[in-house]
Amino acid sequence: MQPILKFLSAKFAWILLAAFIAFIVAEGGVGVLIKDWRFAVELAVDGVLTGLMYSLIAVGFVLIYKSTDAINFAQGEFVMIAAIVVAGCLDWFGLPLWLSILVGFGFMVVFGMTLERFVLRPMIGMNIVAIIMATIGLAFFLRGAGPLIFGAAPSTINLPIPDSPIVWGLLYLTPIKLLGAAVSILFLAGFGWFFLKTRKGVAMRAVADSHQVSMAMGINVERYFAVAWVTAGVVALLGGLAWGNMIGVDTQLALVGLKVFPVVILGGLDSIIGVIVGGIVVGLVEALTAGFVDPYVGGGMKDFAPYVLMVIMLMIRPYGIFGRRLIERI
Amino acid sequence: MAEPNGHDSILSVRGVSKNFGGVRANNDVSIEVPRGKIFAIIGPNGAGKTSLLNMISGFYVPDAGEIAFEGKSINGLKPNEIAEHGIGRTFQNIALFRGMNVLQNMMLGRHVLMKTGVLSSFVYWGKTQREEVAHREKVEELIDFLRLNDLRKAPTGELAYGLQKRVELGRALAAEPELLLLDEPMAGMNQEEKEDMVRYVLDIAEQRGTTIVLIEHDMGVVMDISDRIAVLDQGEKIADGTPDEVRANPRVIEAYLGADH
Repeated sequence: MQPILKFLSAKFAWILLAAFIAFIVAEGGVGVLIKDWRFAVELAVDGVLTGLMYSLIAVGFVLIYKSTDAINFAQGEFVMIAAIVVAGCLDWFGLPLWLSILVGFGFMVVFGMTLERFVLRPMIGMNIVAIIMATIGLAFFLRGAGPLIFGAAPSTINLPIPDSPIVWGLLYLTPIKLLGAAVSILFLAGFGWFFLKTRKGVAMRAVADSHQVSMAMGINVERYFAVAWVTAGVVALLGGLAWGNMIGVDTQLALVGLKVFPVVILGGLDSIIGVIVGGIVVGLVEALTAGFVDPYVGGGMKDFAPYVLMVIMLMIRPYGIFGRRLIERI
Repeated sequence: MAEPNGHDSILSVRGVSKNFGGVRANNDVSIEVPRGKIFAIIGPNGAGKTSLLNMISGFYVPDAGEIAFEGKSINGLKPNEIAEHGIGRTFQNIALFRGMNVLQNMMLGRHVLMKTGVLSSFVYWGKTQREEVAHREKVEELIDFLRLNDLRKAPTGELAYGLQKRVELGRALAAEPELLLLDEPMAGMNQEEKEDMVRYVLDIAEQRGTTIVLIEHDMGVVMDISDRIAVLDQGEKIADGTPDEVRANPRVIEAYLGADH
């Protein structure tokens, strides 16, 4: 009985996935037929760019997982707190933008180090569930502490980037999304190279694999942890700038972090290339659903479509498209 | 005090105790490991062998007593600091890094000897690259020594058990340790794999002058290759000496070899 059920549920998941892909393709197809195809292409391009901006947030998450084996549920809050600090510098102290970003950078470095030293280092060797709970607690703490210190009034970060779209052939491209996507690709390529080619990157992978064995190799595990959390903080600053510019700065910004989960589940928790592909898929699904399905169902489907895909993915390949097979289910 | 004079000991464990909750893992254990020799720690399961090894390599901090390496106390040092002092180790279960090949695993073994900092390692050329080449040469020597030539790029997960153990030995050797701790290097091996491993252990001690402390259950192997043997039982040391002395010791026969004799 058990194996039959297993087989059925696996098959069911495949059917679901096929249905979902058919649905997405049909979206595009119907779009092409009933609207004009330019609209479909425009949506797709916008989706890809937005998706890459999700990748920019997800990369911090993957970085932490790859190097410390911890799952950071507070990545969205990192983005929020970085944006709040920069917006605070702009609004309250009237600092110029470059200085505000510099302050934000310094803040995130200290933030990452403090976090590692006082929250995560004491948890080295503890059960992964304990660490996950700690990051969830951290997420709520930040969501409360941010507005408490910097005020809850929504703010914005105005980057010196034009709002009007760049027209390129048939496409209308939003400059901030272009920039965000470009920065995202640049950083992802950089991290990919770091983990594959540099000695420290390889050592970091070793640390993620086994703290104990790494220590026996003379690797200072704590220092690598600090480097990982600081880097995740700094990457969150980039995400905070890009997203803060687009959707404004308040606690809602932290919700962008929730998109990290479909991205990394699709791509694989520990894969840099997976972050890119996962981000693009999530962005595409969102944009096409928003364009072709939402008008008929009264809206709102774009927000949960990526999660539907995520759940199906969990049933078929819980370790993602590019992830290592050896991943504990949690 | 059981230690014969005139021996230069590289590692001294003096009156070390360790408790986990109410469980006494080690009680007042003292050993002197002579330089350049093969020193075996034996005893029934749960005798406290691995916990003693873990204290030497810094994973456990002793509750009492002192551990000195090259005459200097290493009590309270972290495992990575102890590795930097020149104590290498292998683990009881295979502990190779997954998703990496043989060469990458062995290069990681040289981590303690690599001096470039985090930032300069981002720069792949110049000094870093020259250093990389030098390290690679040393690793190639080891690959020759352990006859892993055809397996440089093989993912470690796909290797046979005995080969994985050999790669792990190579990774520990890559750090060029003065003292090598081997936790059951031959456990679970077939006869041929065991013979290979025995030969490597002997060669390491003879050719490289590395001192070896090993935990091993195969009495034949232990009696054959060890210069000295310490016997633990229920956390305490009950005997210490040459294989012949240990074999003749009535307490050892009673506690450990009992049924056979």
